[in-house]
Amino acid sequence: MAAPRSEPRATGIAVALRGVRRTFRSNGEAVEAVAGIDLDVAAGEFLALLGPSGCGKSTLLRIVAGLDRQDAGEVRIEGGPAGARERVAFVFQDAHLLPWRDVLGNVALPLELLGQPAAACGEAARAAVAQVGLEDAARRFPAQLSGGMRMRVSLARALVTRPRLLLLDEPFAALDEITRQALDDQLRALWAATGTTVLFVTHSIAEAAFLAERAIVLSRRPARIVLEHALDLPAQRGAALRADPRFAREMGVLYEALRGGDA
Amino acid sequence: MNPGLAPRIGPPLATFVVTAALAEAAIRVSDVSPLLLPAPSAVVRAAWSQSAVLLPALAATARCVLLGLAASAALGVLAAVALSSSRWVERAFYPYAIFFQIVPIVAIAPLLVIWFGYGSRAVVAAAFIVSVFPVIANTLAGLLSVDPALRDLFRLYGAGAWARLLKLELPWALPFILTGLRIAAGLAVIGAIVGEFVGGGGLGVVVLGAMREQRTDLVFAAILHASALGLALFALVNLASRLALRRWHASESSA
Repeated sequence: MAAPRSEPRATGIAVALRGVRRTFRSNGEAVEAVAGIDLDVAAGEFLALLGPSGCGKSTLLRIVAGLDRQDAGEVRIEGGPAGARERVAFVFQDAHLLPWRDVLGNVALPLELLGQPAAACGEAARAAVAQVGLEDAARRFPAQLSGGMRMRVSLARALVTRPRLLLLDEPFAALDEITRQALDDQLRALWAATGTTVLFVTHSIAEAAFLAERAIVLSRRPARIVLEHALDLPAQRGAALRADPRFAREMGVLYEALRGGDA
Repeated sequence: MNPGLAPRIGPPLATFVVTAALAEAAIRVSDVSPLLLPAPSAVVRAAWSQSAVLLPALAATARCVLLGLAASAALGVLAAVALSSSRWVERAFYPYAIFFQIVPIVAIAPLLVIWFGYGSRAVVAAAFIVSVFPVIANTLAGLLSVDPALRDLFRLYGAGAWARLLKLELPWALPFILTGLRIAAGLAVIGAIVGEFVGGGGLGVVVLGAMREQRTDLVFAAILHASALGLALFALVNLASRLALRRWHASESSA
């Protein structure tokens, strides 16, 4: 039984979007949410999708996850659709835990649903709980946890299948700033440790700049790409980076693009 | 013993004792006919002297109520699961489920006797008919309120309908089901007594017999037994709710 940190890195998988469009009907009126997105995500990349609230970036992420279907265009996930459930994980805006299950039970759920034997579920769940540093809370119930801890359980639940593509939909938006930064640090470390591909949707410029290798800035609805920008920041990112002039400069670039997309 | 028990049982008990004492005094002073309104002491005497009649009757009624309530719980939850399976099923059948709520049980009880014959089967049916609707309505509300993100999560990992029902929908609906049962418990007692008026047996027949003999004290004693039965069932559902929900649901976790 190997400790999670010494496990071999699971290689991330690449994602390619070609001309992806999505239009919703509301009250007989067609509302275009995503207007023809072309995007390549490299294997093992940490990519931030940055855009104003309600711009369609969550829709785009749900399409990649298979929770929503595009009207036109193509989503290619490396390795094809077979076994995609084991390889792709999704983290929602709020923790969305089962309140009647304790931390371990919640984290084991994906493996249970995938039909894994109970012993393997328990072992993998313990490892994932350790990965997010919640060993001491393993037997507590969601109602007994803080918002930040609940979100870490949600993260562990996503990691338990050792996904090769991790999709996060503004996961820390509801948390206070300090908790949020702590979770950003933790997510960045988990990405470095696991080697998975990460697609991170956010409306926070600072969060996108701090976390990602590359940021995609989206316009207001319907979502179009206004900027693809590789962030010129060191691989090691800690609290000090937030005060670094390079960090401020990169935030400025993203801010300008975001404002341009708003016009 | 649960430290919270005394403060919860004390006040209602005090209310009961004070009300009974006031009634006793008022009835003695006003000299009202015991045929109209017997004093509480007379009711207690009747309950004591007629316990050979009342206790078996209580047992018979309790049995029918429990069977009717169990049927309501099982069939009500099943019906709600079926109704929640699709919008069309709900639209097609839910209006008819409301039938159970609006049907006047007094009017339908003779029909139950025609169908099931005299005896406990008609009584169980009456208890079931009046108590099933709150279970259906509350369970359905619970099943329809499942967090859509959790539905997405189950879909993401390819969960089948069975796993979704057992691991998501029913646990999510459990607090609602228990609320439905709490309402159903009282109604089942009403349904059983009305059923006994027509179908025979239990406290219902004791009430009818005492009325014919103009033993108002015995009527009250029987009513007291029926109320105690309703209260006991209510407490039973509360206990089940406490045990099932205390670790995770806000309605039971504050104590």
